[in-house]
Amino acid sequence: MISTRGLTRVFTVKKETVEAVRGIDLDVEAGQLVAFLGPNGAGKSTTLRMLTTLLPPTSGTATVAGHDVARDPGGVRARIGYVGQKNSAGENHRVRDELVTQGRCYGLSHREAAGRADELLDLLDLAPLATRTPATLSGGQRRRLDIALGLVHRPALLFLDEPSTGLDPKSRAEIWGHILALRQVYGTTLFLTTHYLEEADTMAERVVIIDGGRIIADGTAGELKNDLAGDHITITTATEQDARAAVRVGGGAAEGVTVRLRVANAAAALPEYLRTLESAGVKALTAETSRPTLDDVFLTLTGRSLTDDDLPA
Amino acid sequence: MTTFLRDTVTVFSRELAPVLRQPVGLLIEMGQPLLFLFLFGVLLDGAVGSSWQWFVPGILVMMCLTGPMSAGYTLLVELIGGSMERLLVTPLNRTAMLVGRTMKALVTFLVQAVLIIVLALPLGFELHAAGVLAGLAQLMALGVGLGALSFALAVKSAPDGTLFYIVSQSVLFPLLLLSGVLLPLDSAPGWLDVLGHVNPVTYVVEAQRALFSGDLTAPSVLYGTVAACLVAAAGLYTGNAAMRRGVTA
Repeated sequence: MISTRGLTRVFTVKKETVEAVRGIDLDVEAGQLVAFLGPNGAGKSTTLRMLTTLLPPTSGTATVAGHDVARDPGGVRARIGYVGQKNSAGENHRVRDELVTQGRCYGLSHREAAGRADELLDLLDLAPLATRTPATLSGGQRRRLDIALGLVHRPALLFLDEPSTGLDPKSRAEIWGHILALRQVYGTTLFLTTHYLEEADTMAERVVIIDGGRIIADGTAGELKNDLAGDHITITTATEQDARAAVRVGGGAAEGVTVRLRVANAAAALPEYLRTLESAGVKALTAETSRPTLDDVFLTLTGRSLTDDDLPA
Repeated sequence: MTTFLRDTVTVFSRELAPVLRQPVGLLIEMGQPLLFLFLFGVLLDGAVGSSWQWFVPGILVMMCLTGPMSAGYTLLVELIGGSMERLLVTPLNRTAMLVGRTMKALVTFLVQAVLIIVLALPLGFELHAAGVLAGLAQLMALGVGLGALSFALAVKSAPDGTLFYIVSQSVLFPLLLLSGVLLPLDSAPGWLDVLGHVNPVTYVVEAQRALFSGDLTAPSVLYGTVAACLVAAAGLYTGNAAMRRGVTA
């Protein structure tokens, strides 16, 4: 559904050259749900804008929904849906009017566009809001309208740029409910960026991590965590001396009375670890195991935490 | 071509829908010209010959300058928000995006112009139908050019929009004041007169006054038409180039 080779975008800002995206090779099969994850400025949105024909690539190629983004942008546009970071509906326009206009933009007749608009109003629970203007909608309602606008022409591939950013937990859950339903009912391929780690973790079956314009990891959340971060065992001891002794015996790193070490399978390793400490005369007061997060993966790869520099744009 | 026409109609209908849903907005938008007409025009009555023949065309030129600027502003707002981006990801024809918007600006201008003329009739404005029609046609050429220029400016000003406010404020008012829309430039000192005659709007204003007095053959009509057409040509060239370069940079 998506295939890029050496996709690159260079910006010139005040005579300085900024390589926003540096040679991305990416293949996405039909029906996948891919989360594109990375700190701000990593090149997520720039990549997305190239894939959706909003920005011509500086070099490299991208084929999206069977058409080349540079040679046949019209062919791409007709086949993809796009839900941008900002709200899609015009402030002066009524909700239903915008949906009808969107259908007309894809070449539907007025009657077809009106029918489709009503379908989408029902699908995304927007029917009572049909005659309202966007300014009178809540954040969650506006986001549902954005998604409705992206679905008017029943695209096989939908791009979503930070679909749930800025929403309260309830609205986020609702938006995700709609997104996952789409996939189940229509088999839509979904490619989305997010900076909510837990979202990428629980929702996406494939996580692509981008940093500094390059893809630095690509796999299922489980694979990435097992391969790149591993589980952790954390124990606390009565004294700092004990903690240091525990590090000598079992490895890991001590911080005060807390010892943390990385293992492949924490639940299985814990009893053996505790026995080893016991026989060395070190007493653990508490012990717990934890699965890594995607942030641990990012930390392992880059030495930085994703949440550190993930300031709002 | 049929796609282009369909897309133009799509854009035009989208832009016009809010106006049709709330036609009162048209009148509110006309607040300033209406105030000028009733408060300023009455003051001028008698001061410059047949004042309504002199003043009404000036008001129309003023509306023809501010209308297209507000069309550019609407585009700017959509560029800053996400709605223009959303439309750009659809196969909608790029040129149609501008043409449809321009057509909406022209239609609203025509409706407002007719309203002004009708309201001026009881005040003593004499209707010379042929002249008024020719005058409105000339203003539409000017409006197309200014609309396209303001679209280009909006594209250039996104995403923060500062440039748009600076240029529209620093260009629009001098152009208006230097065109003799509100007060005659006849008694202006030499330097002001020179500035006034570098301003293409001045020629349009003079042509409009001749036309609205029923004088279709005055030389000023020719100059005004040339000025309006030059603005239209410059606007279309610039606007099209801005669209080609992409409204997304």
